[in-house]
Amino acid sequence: MQSLKIICPNGHLGFAPLRPESFQLGLNARPDYIAADSGSDDVGPVPLGSDTSTSPKAWQRQDLEYMLLASRRLGVPMMIGSAGDTGSNSRVDLYVAMIKDIARQHGLAPFKLGSFYSEVPRERVRLALRAGQKVAGLDGYADLTESELDATDRIVAMAGVHPYVALLQQGADVIIGGRSSDAAIFAAPALHHGFAADQAYYLGKVLECASFCAEPYGGKETVMGEITANDVRVTAMHPDQRCTVASVSGHAMYERSNPYEEFFAGGKLDMTHCHYEQLDEKTTRVTGSRFLPDAQVRVKLEGAGKVGERYVGLCGIRDPYTVAHVDQVIGWAREQVRQRFGDSGYQLHYNVYGRNGVMGDLEPLKDKPGHELCVFVQGVAPTAEMAEEVAMIGLRQMFYARLPDVKGTAGSVAFPLDEVLHASPAYRWTLNHTLAVTDPMELFDTHLVTVGA
Amino acid sequence: MAALPLNQLAKTIRSKNAGVNKITFDIIFRDKASYERVKRSGAITREAMARLYAIPSERISDFVEYDPGLAIKFTVYRLQPSGSAGDGDIFGAQQYAPLLDLPIP
Repeated sequence: MQSLKIICPNGHLGFAPLRPESFQLGLNARPDYIAADSGSDDVGPVPLGSDTSTSPKAWQRQDLEYMLLASRRLGVPMMIGSAGDTGSNSRVDLYVAMIKDIARQHGLAPFKLGSFYSEVPRERVRLALRAGQKVAGLDGYADLTESELDATDRIVAMAGVHPYVALLQQGADVIIGGRSSDAAIFAAPALHHGFAADQAYYLGKVLECASFCAEPYGGKETVMGEITANDVRVTAMHPDQRCTVASVSGHAMYERSNPYEEFFAGGKLDMTHCHYEQLDEKTTRVTGSRFLPDAQVRVKLEGAGKVGERYVGLCGIRDPYTVAHVDQVIGWAREQVRQRFGDSGYQLHYNVYGRNGVMGDLEPLKDKPGHELCVFVQGVAPTAEMAEEVAMIGLRQMFYARLPDVKGTAGSVAFPLDEVLHASPAYRWTLNHTLAVTDPMELFDTHLVTVGA
Repeated sequence: MAALPLNQLAKTIRSKNAGVNKITFDIIFRDKASYERVKRSGAITREAMARLYAIPSERISDFVEYDPGLAIKFTVYRLQPSGSAGDGDIFGAQQYAPLLDLPIP
């Protein structure tokens, strides 16, 4: 094989639908694989903790249907990673069921459907801790303790290329992956066909977010990557988009603190010596990427733990005197909650929009609030009943705040709704760590079935 | 040269999560001249960004002048991981606004 072409129609399948026009142009270019990532930790810890998707089923199914029908028509494999936003086992099952259902609905000829799970039992991690292995914290996290592990409801391991390559070797036509490094989904087929890791991992890196590596800005459009023995070429499929030296090199820094490196289970992609060259109007060629394998494979673990049930409410403030003294209004309401529930065992949060609701402590204009404010109140507590009361006291008592010089003595805040609403439970990211493994497949169970037989 | 606000020199000014515990800021330029001018100005350094956001400079985990992308980028530790109750910006996508008007000599 001289070269291998992969198209990616969506940088986060399900989060927003793919654009069919550029996807069709991608298919016209005769790709060898159709692949997309469907996960992200950007969506916060709630989906992983509560084992839900943040994407609507209709959008997930729509993109799976576009990709599956195209894959079967062209006779090329389709690959999806981090199913259903989190890549938990239930999300893999959800996508596998959708694939089977779409196949049945369209009467597709039999094909091999591979999948793998990424969830890691807490007890597996506990064994490592008790054996004295370091479960190392990333990005400012302390190394894992058993108490943080106990506070965790669900853990997924970030797969590298290994389970994808294993399923391709078994002849999978369609792969639904659990949690995985975005780039591994694209690197795996390139490695499977014998291309060098130096180029294969870069191919994955540049394709993972679809048209985010193209300009002008416009998400959810298809791009195509082509790998050869010496280089990677990336081409925008949308008629108005181009992959330029600036857009492709710029993508390397997106969502990463270091634009020169990217870590995987099993090694590191080094982009320090990448050379970018405009090949034609829509295509940029990249050479010089390196993959540096690790002697010891460490797999990243993501975990989320429940903090409590949550109720939310909001109110507005227009009196300039009250705007200037909003912290005292909040202080009054906090004190009423404290008198009812004490100092601990619950959380009460206020976001003051119009002052620093978006940026919090990072806001340089904290002392220049707008002429009206919106205050968003959250109460978090072990039971729904208590969370409701925490939020309700925290919100309603703002109405009764006692400011010494206020003229309006009939109520300190304005309510668009005189109620608090049951929101998703609060979770937090408990695990952002790495675990050493002797076998890179150890945490990932693969499955292969024939669909439509 | 008269001072110009950064948003007249940069093509892209953005912020976004870099993992669950950091927010990374990208300032990307259209041409090498603008990029070099801003670099030379000394207006965007680790210390200047710590001052702008009123944070200790240890909260800035990385500060990189990324020549291949004509970009300056820096990364800030969050005080709580993204999506913790009370977080007003789960994606970290709206933290760049103070950079827009930053005067570049």
